[in-house]
Amino acid sequence: MAFPYAAALLAVPAAGAAVTAAIPASKEKAVRAVSIGFSLVALILSAALLVDFDKGVAGYQFVESKVWIKPLGIHYLMGVDGISLFMVVLTGLLFPIAMLASTHVGKRVNAYFALMLVLEAALMGIFLSVDLFLFFVFWEAMLVPMYFLIGVWGYDRRVYAALKFFIYTAAGSALLLLGILSLAVLHAKAPGAHLTFDLRTLMAWKGLDPNTARWLFLAFGASFAIKVPLFPLHTWLPDAHVEAPTAGSVLLAGLLLKLGAYGFLRFSLTLFPQASVDFAPLMLTLATIGILYGAIVATMQRDLKKVVAYSSVAHLGFVVLGTFALTTVGIEGGLFTMVSHGLTTGALFLLVGILYDRRHTRQIDAFGGVWKAAPKLGGIFLAVTFASIGLPGLSGFVGEFLSLIGTFVVHRPYAVFAAAGVILAAVYMLWSFQRVFTGEPTGENATFADMNRLEMATVLPLLGFSLFLGLYPKPLLERVEPSVKALIAHVESRSDYQQPKVVELGPKAVASSKAGAK
Amino acid sequence: MIGLVALLGQTAPVDTRIPVPKVDWLAVGPEVALIATAMVLVLMAALNRGRRDLSGIYLDVGLAGVAASGLITVKLWSIVVSKGAAYQTLSGMVAVDGFAVFARTIILSATALGLLVAQGYLRREQVEGPEYHALLLLSASGMLLMTSANDLIVVFLALEILSIALYVLAAFDRKRLESGEAGLKYFVLGAFSSAVLLYGVAMVYGATGTTSLTAIADFLAQNTLFSSGLLLAGFALILVGLGFKVAAVPFHMWTPDVCQGSPTPVTGFMAAGAKAAGFAALLRVFVGGFGSYAVDWRPLVLVLAIASLLVGSVVALVQQDVKRMLAYSSISHAGYVLIGVQAASKDGVSSALFYLLAYTFMVVGSFAIVTIVGRKGDRRHSLDDYRGLGSRAPLLAAAMTFLLLAQAGIPLTSGFVAKFNVFEASVQAREYGLTLVGVISTVIATFFYLRLIVVMYMTDAPEGSEEADAAAETAGGRPFALDPATALALGIAVVATLVMGVAPGYFLDLAGRATLLF
Repeated sequence: MAFPYAAALLAVPAAGAAVTAAIPASKEKAVRAVSIGFSLVALILSAALLVDFDKGVAGYQFVESKVWIKPLGIHYLMGVDGISLFMVVLTGLLFPIAMLASTHVGKRVNAYFALMLVLEAALMGIFLSVDLFLFFVFWEAMLVPMYFLIGVWGYDRRVYAALKFFIYTAAGSALLLLGILSLAVLHAKAPGAHLTFDLRTLMAWKGLDPNTARWLFLAFGASFAIKVPLFPLHTWLPDAHVEAPTAGSVLLAGLLLKLGAYGFLRFSLTLFPQASVDFAPLMLTLATIGILYGAIVATMQRDLKKVVAYSSVAHLGFVVLGTFALTTVGIEGGLFTMVSHGLTTGALFLLVGILYDRRHTRQIDAFGGVWKAAPKLGGIFLAVTFASIGLPGLSGFVGEFLSLIGTFVVHRPYAVFAAAGVILAAVYMLWSFQRVFTGEPTGENATFADMNRLEMATVLPLLGFSLFLGLYPKPLLERVEPSVKALIAHVESRSDYQQPKVVELGPKAVASSKAGAK
Repeated sequence: MIGLVALLGQTAPVDTRIPVPKVDWLAVGPEVALIATAMVLVLMAALNRGRRDLSGIYLDVGLAGVAASGLITVKLWSIVVSKGAAYQTLSGMVAVDGFAVFARTIILSATALGLLVAQGYLRREQVEGPEYHALLLLSASGMLLMTSANDLIVVFLALEILSIALYVLAAFDRKRLESGEAGLKYFVLGAFSSAVLLYGVAMVYGATGTTSLTAIADFLAQNTLFSSGLLLAGFALILVGLGFKVAAVPFHMWTPDVCQGSPTPVTGFMAAGAKAAGFAALLRVFVGGFGSYAVDWRPLVLVLAIASLLVGSVVALVQQDVKRMLAYSSISHAGYVLIGVQAASKDGVSSALFYLLAYTFMVVGSFAIVTIVGRKGDRRHSLDDYRGLGSRAPLLAAAMTFLLLAQAGIPLTSGFVAKFNVFEASVQAREYGLTLVGVISTVIATFFYLRLIVVMYMTDAPEGSEEADAAAETAGGRPFALDPATALALGIAVVATLVMGVAPGYFLDLAGRATLLF
C-alpha cells in the first residue's frame, strides 16, 4: 500500500494546530518552534509527494477513499494529479516561510500559529479533495482562520477588511454550494445513478442538460471569480491584502487567490465543458480587463502594499486568460503563473513587510534611497521585482509567455491587449522601486537597517525557486502536461471545441504551416 | 314502509356504551414520566415546607424524569423502527412512529439541557425552588404529546399544555419587569394563535367530517371535494396557528420581545423545544394529514419560508441586544426548517428533523453562554457587554464562537450538515428559487454572527471592566462563574454540535428512518 500522502498532509498541520493551541501563549519560543516544526514536516511530506509522483500519469494518484457520510453518498476521497501537485507543494513551501516571517505577532501567539496551521490543513484539503462535498467543506473551513488572521492580527482597518473578505467569499461559496447540490441531485435522478459527490463520476456523466450546465457554470464560476478575483469582483482584495499581517498577505496572494483559478481548472472545465467553451469569451474579456485595470490602478497607488496587491489582480488575469484559452500551452502557462506568482508575490509581500517593520509606514513617498542604506534589501528587492514583472530567466516570464502564446493561437485580440499588461507591470513595479530605493537617502532612510539572517532565510528560497523555474521549467511542465492534455481532451470530447493542431507542435510548426500555405 | 323498517332494523341494536379505548401506556409513557416527575417535584416542596434545603435535589429529580422518559422513548424506537411496526393507539389519537420518537428525542435533549443550564441561573438569582423544574417538565410533556398527536384535537390539547407552562416560565423572573411583560405578551398572542388554530381545526372538520389525521388523509386521498374553500381556509388557519408557535414570519412579532424579556435559560428552552414541537405538529399535520393537498399548501409555506429567512436575517443585522439578535436568528432558522417542510417529501421531513436536532444543541448552548454573560440580574445582554470577551473569558468566547459559526453553517459543525441536508431536500423537490433564497440568507446571517465574534475578539474590553471584573472576583465568585451543571450543558452542546458536524452519518441515518406513520 502506498503511503497515504493526502491523509498525512491533512493530519500533520491539523495535529500541529491542536498541539500549538495547547501551549500557553506566554511560551512564545516554544509555540514558534513547535508550529514551525509541524509545518516543516508538512513541507517534507509535500516534497516527498513531488518525488514519488509519477510524471507520466494523467489521472489521480495516491487516491484514498473512505465512506464519510453514508446517507448522503459523501466520501473522504483524496488524490493528487498534475494540476493539484504543485499547488500542494507551494502550500507546503509557503507556510513555513510565512510562519518564520511572523516575528511581530504581539498578542495571543499560540492562537495565531494554531490558526495558521488550521489554514494550512484546509488548503491542503482543498487541493487534494476529489469529492465535491469534501472540497466545499475545506473551502468554507479555510475562511474562518483567514478571517481571524486578518481581523485580529491585521493593521488599522483590519475589522472592515476581514468582514469584507468573509462576506465576499461566503456569498460566492453560497452559490457554489447551490451549484454542487443541484449537480449532485440532478445526477442522482438519472437512471441507474445514486447520490454521489465524486468528481470523477460526475464528470463522466453525460446527461446534464446544456442549459442547466450553463447555469451551474455560473454558480460555480461566481464563487471562483470572487476568489481569483476577476475584474468587477476584486474589490475585497486590496483591503484584505493591505490590512492583513505580512504572513497573511503572503498566504492570501500566494495561495488563496490560486483557489479560484484552481477551481476553474478542476471543476468548471471538467464538469461543464461546453458551458466553459461558451463562456470562454466572457472570461477572457474579464481576464484581459483585469490585467490592464490591475496594472493601471497599481501604477496610481501611493501605498507600496497596494501596488503589490493590485499587481496580483493583473497576474491572476494571466492565469484566467491562459485557462480559458483552452489550449494545452495556455493552461500550462496559467498553472505555471500560479506557482510563479506564489513565489514572487509572496517574496514581495515579505519585503514590503520588512520595509514596514523598519519605518512603520508603507507610503512610497516616505521612502527614498533605501538601497544605499540597505544594499542587500535593495538588491533582493530588485531581483524579486524582475521575477514578478517577467524578466526572461525568472519564473514570471515563462508563465506569462506560455499563457500569452496559448491565447494568441486561438484568440489573438485578447493576447494582444493582455501583452500590454506585461509592459505596464514593468512600469508600476520599476517606478515603485525607483521611488523607494534609488536616490539619496534622507532622514530615517539613511539609517535603514539591512535585512537580517532570518529575513534572508525567508525571502531567498522563494527567489531561488523562481530563478530555478525560470531557467529550467521542465520539471514543472512535464509533471503538469499529462493532466492538462487529458483535461483538454475531456473538454474536446464533450463540446464542439477543437484545439488547433498547431499548438501541440509549438511555435516552429506555426512557421512551417505558414510556409506550407504559401 | 318496508324501507323504513329496514332502516330501523339497521339502527336497532344501538350500543349506548361509550367505547373506552384500550390505553397503551407505553405509547404515552414519555409524557407520563415527565408529568409524574413534575408532580413529585411539587409534592416534595409542599411536604418539605422549607424544613430542609432541597435545592440540589430538584435538578437530579428532574433529570431522572427526563432519563426515564428517554428510556421509554428508546424502547419505543426499538419497537417502531427496528421491528418496523409503527401503529396508532388510544382510538387513533396517538401515533407511535419513528417520526414521533425522533422528535421526542429532540425535545428531551432540549429539556435536559434546559434543566442543566438553569441551575447556575437559579442559584445566582436566588429563586431556587421546584417551580422552574416542574413547569419545564410540564411544558415538555405537552411538547412530547405534540410530536405524536394524530388527531387535530390532540394537537390543540398538546399546544395548550406546552404553552400554559411556558407563559408562566416566561414571567418567572419576578424581579424584572420585562419578564412579566414577556409573559403577558406571550400569553395574549399565544391564546390568540390557539384560537386561530382551533378555528382552522373546526373548518377542516367541517370539510372532512373528522379530526383524526389518518382519517383526514384517507378522506382526502379517496374523495374529490366539489368546493375546497372551507378545507383550504382550514389549512391556512392551522398554518397560522402553528406558524405563531414556530415563529415564522409574519407571525413572529412576539418572538423578539418574549425572547428578550424571558429569563435567558427559558429563552433557550423555548427557542429549541417549542420550535421543535411546533414543527413536529406542522410536519405531521401538513405532510402527513394534508399530504394529498400539498399542491395547495406548499405555496403558502414557500411564502412563509422566504419571509422568515429574509426578515429574520436582515433584521438581526441591526440588533444591539444579543438576545434579540438570537431571537431574530431563530426566526431565520425557522425559515430553514420550513424549507424542509415545503419540500413535502420523505427527505424533507427527515432533513427538517435533523435540522431541529442540530439547532437544539446550538441554540441552548448559545443561550447558556448568554445566561452566564448576563451575570446577576440577567441584564447584561447588549453587544457592549461582550466586548473583549475573548481575553476576559477565553473559553466562553471560544465556545460562543464555535456555536455561532455553527448557526452560520460553517462546515465541520452540525449547522452546516443541517443546512446542506435541507437544501438537498429542496433541490430534490426542484425548488431552486427557494434554495437560492436560503443560501443568500445564510450569507446575510453570517454577517451578524460575525459581528458578535468581532465584538468578542477584535474590540478591546470596555474601560474599567478589568477592574470591575477583579472587584467582582474579590467580592465573591468570578464574574463569569460557570456552575458545574451549566458547564456540563454547555459542554454537551458543543460536543454534540461538533460530532454531528464531523460524523453526521449516524444521526442522518436515524433521521432518515424517522418516517411518518402514513
